[in-house]
Amino acid sequence: MNGLIGSPVERVGGPERVTGAQAYVADLAIAGALQVKLVTVDAARARIIRIDPTAALAVPGVRCVFTDADLPHPMPRFGPQFRDRPVLATGQTTYHGDPVAAVAAETADAAAAGAALVHVEYETLPAVTSIAAALAPDAPLVQDPAIRPGDPLSGSNVLREHQYAWGDLEKAEAEAEVVVEGAYTFPMVTQFAIEPHAFVAAPNGDGIAMWSSIQHPYWLQRVIASLLELPLAKVRVHAPDPGGAFGGKQHAKYEPLLAFMARRLGRPVRLVLSLEETFQAVRRGASEVHVRTGFRRDGTLVFRDIEANYLIGAYADIADRTVAKGAYTSAGPYRTPAVRIVGRSVLSNTVPSTAFRGFGNPQQIWAVESNMNEAAELLGIDPLELRLRNLPERGETFIPGDTPADGRWADAVRRAAEMIDWQQPRPAGRGRGLAVGLKSGPTTGLSYSTVRLLADGSIVIYAGTSDMGQGARTIFAQIAALELGAPLEWVTVVMGDTAAVPYDQQTSASRSSVLMGNAVLNACRQVQARIREMAARLEAVDEAAVTVDRGTVTIGERRLPIRDVLVRGLGRLGGEVIGLGESRKEAEPDHPLGGTAAFYEFNCTAVEVEVDRATGDLRVVRHVTVSDVGRALNPGQVRGQDEGAAIMGLGHTLMEHYILDEVGRIRNLGAIDYRIPTSMDLPTSIESDVIENGDGPGPYGAKGMSEGALLPISPAVAAAVRDATGTIIRDLPLSPERVWRALHADGSAAPIRDEVLAR
Amino acid sequence: MTAFDRPAQAGIPIELTVNGRMRRIAVAPHHTLLEVLRDDLRLTGTKECCLVGECGACTVLLDGRSVDSCLVLAVEAQGGTVVTVEGLAGLARPPDVARPRDGAGPRDEGRDGTVDVGAEPSLGRLQRAFLATGAAQCGFCIPGQLMSAEALLRRTPHPTRAQVEEGLAGNLCRCAGYEQIIEAVLLAASDEPLPAQSALTGHPAGSAAGPDPAAVPDASVAPQ
Repeated sequence: MNGLIGSPVERVGGPERVTGAQAYVADLAIAGALQVKLVTVDAARARIIRIDPTAALAVPGVRCVFTDADLPHPMPRFGPQFRDRPVLATGQTTYHGDPVAAVAAETADAAAAGAALVHVEYETLPAVTSIAAALAPDAPLVQDPAIRPGDPLSGSNVLREHQYAWGDLEKAEAEAEVVVEGAYTFPMVTQFAIEPHAFVAAPNGDGIAMWSSIQHPYWLQRVIASLLELPLAKVRVHAPDPGGAFGGKQHAKYEPLLAFMARRLGRPVRLVLSLEETFQAVRRGASEVHVRTGFRRDGTLVFRDIEANYLIGAYADIADRTVAKGAYTSAGPYRTPAVRIVGRSVLSNTVPSTAFRGFGNPQQIWAVESNMNEAAELLGIDPLELRLRNLPERGETFIPGDTPADGRWADAVRRAAEMIDWQQPRPAGRGRGLAVGLKSGPTTGLSYSTVRLLADGSIVIYAGTSDMGQGARTIFAQIAALELGAPLEWVTVVMGDTAAVPYDQQTSASRSSVLMGNAVLNACRQVQARIREMAARLEAVDEAAVTVDRGTVTIGERRLPIRDVLVRGLGRLGGEVIGLGESRKEAEPDHPLGGTAAFYEFNCTAVEVEVDRATGDLRVVRHVTVSDVGRALNPGQVRGQDEGAAIMGLGHTLMEHYILDEVGRIRNLGAIDYRIPTSMDLPTSIESDVIENGDGPGPYGAKGMSEGALLPISPAVAAAVRDATGTIIRDLPLSPERVWRALHADGSAAPIRDEVLAR
Repeated sequence: MTAFDRPAQAGIPIELTVNGRMRRIAVAPHHTLLEVLRDDLRLTGTKECCLVGECGACTVLLDGRSVDSCLVLAVEAQGGTVVTVEGLAGLARPPDVARPRDGAGPRDEGRDGTVDVGAEPSLGRLQRAFLATGAAQCGFCIPGQLMSAEALLRRTPHPTRAQVEEGLAGNLCRCAGYEQIIEAVLLAASDEPLPAQSALTGHPAGSAAGPDPAAVPDASVAPQ
């Protein structure tokens, strides 16, 4: 496109990342900070009888054992969807890892020693940790109905039930010639950012300062201001670049606790979670999805009937929204005349599930695309052909009332098939599988950006986005450098400080290139407009005679760099030119999700696998992934996101899952017993490609793209296993044990309960 | 009672050479090399994650070998030579590629107020290669990846891809930039010249002069 947009320019912030200079929250020196350690009980659910701090307080250096007694009554609660989560457990714990106290001490050693000596007397209570147990008629309630006032479902463990439907299902059922049905499960998995969550709170004059590895500093500002009853302006949130987030750092976790502690103690307090504690802070919702799909014999989709139960945790966090959004698009990117979808968020005594790359969709896509592959077999139609037959054209509505298909999706499918030689015979002993994934992008959004063109032509961009590895900083710098005619090296991007950057709603749903990107672009347009006025004044011409385009000012036949006009225009006092850009995606109250999709992420993944029948081990020999990105603003970063999402998806496909014991405690906390992919677990070859038609709503036609390549991996791999071995497996992960059992059960998948590990 | 029941007090004196500089410090007997590097010496480039030697984020070189600094007691490192990511640029092994001008990339002045914009005079070849292939995403695992790669290239200057995969097997990357990380190590080990930074940022060298301070209007005009 030009030297900046569409080039794999190096990451802005890269040198800091290879020298150790990049400061994450835990790296900051906060003078006088007390170290905090959480106190938990070894139970999934317990009644707290008494907390005795005596021994802990006797440890030299321990300053405080903070419990619910130190907090206002009634206990303040918070949450992005429901205010259900207490700042600290009060009366009872509701999941394994739910803190009951926090010790603050002069050193981390003293805090750890103190935490170990806090004596908590408790009675273990029965816990519900599976969907079946939570939905049983006599199941204990996970949430006290008192914290769900006016909620007709408060007498059950169903937090919300989301229903979507279109078309005439009854008529469609009568028309269907082949009906394919199955139930598919997806386990609890965790984000496992290599940077464990870290939080600091410090009294700051008449307000408070927070540091957090959070993705949404402005959400956090609102939460803290509300809990402490402070004006927003008195809550300053510093949000250094997270060391990986993946959704797990979207919303407040222990920041409110630290804020109350800092106020009580009058000193900064600092909490860095252990990796094990992050497992007990964030995870993805587990699911059981029942899919029934009707087709004509020629493969035309006639109806889909989907019932999805998601096992969310003890508090809603943003999990119910993942259910709503995942269920909403669960019929897939297909023309489907009749659809009925039910999605339930089911509370349980497990770690609160939250956003995790894919946001409720990978669970659905695992089910629905597996069902699609099974259908292809029953119909005797190539799985590739079955997709092509049902995918909408660009511009065609496929969910009534929502954004029509916004890409040439079939091109992505054809491209993936070509890359994996779909039509060629497969090598002996190998199987191939293919699947597609669709995710609705942001449904609402608001981003502001300030862009300052300084007197020497260099640029400072202010953006409330968090650069958590996706490379947002680089994209914004590329946009401003191009629009204002400066080399990338002259651009500074300021992020992560609510006292410095203007409001941004959030960094999620792969939105930042589009929403903040447009805000940056709009700010640059304002600067260009000022330059145009300057040029007209300096040259004594009408403004109509001046155009400013991508760093160049044109006045009649003359073409000048923006900087020449700037320097003359600013005059002896100097100064700068400031632009404020805004980008909105308005809410639509009548829409089931509160807004249509700003864009869709669409991906097609195809794999070739080898299965070791003796061990059940899978090897992904070839992995191809094709995303429709609209425009790859930085192809290097796009590749990093696509292949990174692909490998992350192989994690939940092949190896990751929480293992609970019979009383609901997590038995595989931490890096030894919970495996994520290493450099030894990579596909033998992985190749990514993009479809670029400039048809996205972002700058230069870009769409968001950071989640797509994770969406369809599991069904693609399972289809390849079926192709290689004849065995259908409908439960994840496809671990060697599960595959071996399936292969040795005469082709039928042996049910393995992950939830319960027999003693 | 465990060792943790005592607050850390000035403990056992040790001597370490860290990034070429001799350090004499008193350490608690139960403190790890990781804790001493991060908390006592404030070398926070070495990262903390799993603390059980599985993730590799805390990898440093100790007497030329890569170790998980979370598994080494500081007292065990007595008399040793430690290289952390902060010292990687200064190592003699790889030929350094000078960065253009003052090496100042866009900086992050607003993040926390304490970021050291430290004018790094040059980066090592391995570091340059990581930048060139886009190996660093969130960046949190990168110091550990770099130190493991450095140890690998010392042992095996021209590794195969399989050797790189194995050499980095102890370093988790959740952004899963493994492909780009492996490419970076192979690139660093190759004879290929690394492209100059200016080419990598989309600007042909010399096409863009730096900001000209002389062009900036004089702001010292007396205010009215």
